[in-house]
Amino acid sequence: MTEAAVPRFWREIPQRYNLIGNQCEVCNRVYFPPRDACPYCRRKSIGKMKDMKFSGKGKVVTFTIIHEAPENFEGQAPYPMAIIQLDEGPKLTAQIVDCKTEDVKIGMRVKSTFRKIQEDGYIGAIYYGYKFKKCD
Amino acid sequence: MRDVAVIGIGVTKFGELWDKSFRNLIAEAGAKAILDSGISGSEIDALYVGSMSAGRFVGQEHVGALVADSSGFTHTHIPSTRVEAACASGGLALRQGYMSIASGMHDIVIVGGVEKMTDVVESEATNILAMGLDQEWESFFGVTFPGVYAMIATKHMHDYGTTREQLAQVAVKNHANGALNPNAQFRKAIPIESVLKASMVASPLGMLDCSPLSDGAAAVVICAADLAKKYTEKPVKIIGSGQASDMFPVHGRENICTFEATVHAAKKAYKQANIEPKDVDLAEVHDCFTIAEILAIEDLGFVNKGEGGKAIENKITTLDGRIPINTSGGLKAKGHPIGATGIAQVAEIVMQLRGQADKRQVKDAKIGLTHNVGASGATCVVHILEGM
Amino acid sequence: MENIGIVSYGAYIPRFRIKSSDIAKAWGKDPQAIAGGLGIIEKSVPALDQDVATISVEAARAALARCIINPQDIGAIYVGSESHPYAVKPTGTIVGEAIGATPNLMVADFEFACKAGTAAIQTCMSLVISNMIKYGLAIGSDTSQAAPGDALEYAASAGGAAFIIGKEKVIANINDTCSFTTDTPDFWRREGRKYPAHGGRFTGSPAYFRHITECSKILMERIGSKPADYNYVVFHQPNGKFPTRVAGMLGFTPEQVKQGLLCPVIGNTYSGASMVGLASVLDVAKPGDRIFVTSYGSGAGSDSFDITVTEQINELHKNNSPLVSQLVADKEYVDYATYAKYRDLLYWE
Repeated sequence: MTEAAVPRFWREIPQRYNLIGNQCEVCNRVYFPPRDACPYCRRKSIGKMKDMKFSGKGKVVTFTIIHEAPENFEGQAPYPMAIIQLDEGPKLTAQIVDCKTEDVKIGMRVKSTFRKIQEDGYIGAIYYGYKFKKCD
Repeated sequence: MRDVAVIGIGVTKFGELWDKSFRNLIAEAGAKAILDSGISGSEIDALYVGSMSAGRFVGQEHVGALVADSSGFTHTHIPSTRVEAACASGGLALRQGYMSIASGMHDIVIVGGVEKMTDVVESEATNILAMGLDQEWESFFGVTFPGVYAMIATKHMHDYGTTREQLAQVAVKNHANGALNPNAQFRKAIPIESVLKASMVASPLGMLDCSPLSDGAAAVVICAADLAKKYTEKPVKIIGSGQASDMFPVHGRENICTFEATVHAAKKAYKQANIEPKDVDLAEVHDCFTIAEILAIEDLGFVNKGEGGKAIENKITTLDGRIPINTSGGLKAKGHPIGATGIAQVAEIVMQLRGQADKRQVKDAKIGLTHNVGASGATCVVHILEGM
Repeated sequence: MENIGIVSYGAYIPRFRIKSSDIAKAWGKDPQAIAGGLGIIEKSVPALDQDVATISVEAARAALARCIINPQDIGAIYVGSESHPYAVKPTGTIVGEAIGATPNLMVADFEFACKAGTAAIQTCMSLVISNMIKYGLAIGSDTSQAAPGDALEYAASAGGAAFIIGKEKVIANINDTCSFTTDTPDFWRREGRKYPAHGGRFTGSPAYFRHITECSKILMERIGSKPADYNYVVFHQPNGKFPTRVAGMLGFTPEQVKQGLLCPVIGNTYSGASMVGLASVLDVAKPGDRIFVTSYGSGAGSDSFDITVTEQINELHKNNSPLVSQLVADKEYVDYATYAKYRDLLYWE
């Protein structure tokens, strides 16, 4: 997997721990992860992107069960990865946890939770972030 | 803007080529292309080469200059440029070379693509391939390159009723074609049961739904169309060239089962060539996974969205079908040395349009299309070619 | 002591479980004898992507979900554990970021074997009483390690609880607290070593029983109470038998112990043990109920607390977070091989 450099990970803690995205103040569209410029308003949106915290609730748009896992994820295979649409609109890619692989369904309601995503071996840093579990 | 034609092609065998290095491979392809074109190396004005990750695979950057030197252009001091767009590096290199001639900057250009994927262990190769995805928001969280296409396949099956059997049929067809291609990595037909029973990589894609890790290189010599007949009796004109980009991570797209980059690149190419999809006689499309070929024939306009699976099932895209797809064996059976693929696709179409495709020859092939995609679809390069 | 106590609380127990009988079978021991002798049926197992940081965040978020306080008003976070993910780099800062309490925040990680969490409660109390902070967050959580085949393997489990300490809208007053501390080496883990070591039967009478009974007696004498005054008592629970035995030694009844005794079904969550026990009691407690808590940490020491539940507990949005009973019931079994993989007993590169 990537040797995610520590500063790069640290910079994204607000996104990975707390789903902080942003909103274009010109057209009100919301984005996760946050964008430097709104792709619709482009130049007009520079400096007008406002931080926004997403609720973490959403639904499964599509998924797969990963059998051949990448580095740092081997012990967890097989595990479900999904594209999830947050209730506020944006979609993201994340692992689904606390759910049997055969129970994952398109349309399933999910909620974000705080888990360990990767470790940089036994000596390196530990990277935490979002995964999603079934919710009502 | 001038017209551009292909006057020479060269392709190495694709496979696990332990004895051949990165430099050996590109020099071999380049030499073959020059010999095929009948020109002298000193007539070449510029070199473009596509390679996704020489840096990670063989520890080498600054590859444009290295390839020029390794190929023997040392004392011509030609300008040499490496381009990268993940798996579309080859197609992108061709487009850069094409634009340099069309604009009048150069007259004769050699374009190559090369990748040496087996000098690292397979798990490292998999990690490198995943670098074509969104590192921060896709791969970091545990999805693999096959995983992303698998999610597209799951959605396609859910929305359009595509079946695992239809996906498997793509692999069966391409292996049948590869069996007829002496340079292909896999030259044996496989039964559909093998594909369906292969071990799971990321559901619903199994081992045999995925293109392999390969070494290989390919090269073409292109020149201003009005010079072409000076060098060869069978030049092939590039009548359309289109390139487009899209939302980078797959999850960001409106419709996950459509590659907008393909749609836009193809539109531009069709417009320039002044043709419609139905005018295309055959195509080399980017089947990094079986589902990718199904998406490709839909997004290129050969069939309607959602009907790619049925098209395979109804054998529309076999060697003797209405629109043969991947007569070379595709990425699946021919192999997928990443940077080389885009150029190898062009070489196959040129062979077909010249009537030199031997056992794979499509009757009356007049117009061919190549479709080269970067990673999970954020870049697409389409070229349309016609025999002159 | 002036009005100070628990403003909110939350707990988290990982979903996987392994039966003590399956552990016994792996090591060729008699499953019935083990389960019977230790009073442990099954224990919780953390998944590969769970550790003390993730458990602490879950517990802290559960506590915040039940009340209405601004996380920025939390002035200190102390996480007590024997299995902090880093030997150097605090778990508390990870929790602080994850709940939005940074950057105006005091943080340090605590270690005192199984009583690190209750020590954190005492520290938060002092900061609140002295008006240095408005709210303090005390967390006890562990993914405790046990050497494969060792007796501790049946009990060492994972879980944690978080308590928000403050002066306003207190759901349970902590009327008084005291500690009893000696240098008693009954159980320890050396720096850099993966598994703890212990003194066998020495961990009983001179360690667990002495400190819990002495500490409890000192507090009850100081405030003039007796066991019968309390509705509930929570003791540290290294197995399913010790808490009831020490209760008897002090004059408490098994009924008083029951609600706060989770070890038989989730094992010993070490720094989380007494804390999760207290959370379980608060899940059902009514205004006016009195609760007595004595934790124990090897090395050794005990912290005792005299607690009275207030009317405010009815205002707490308890159902915004899972009750301990719900966390216990939400489970999935794993076999010993999977357990070994999750607990990193099988080293692989």
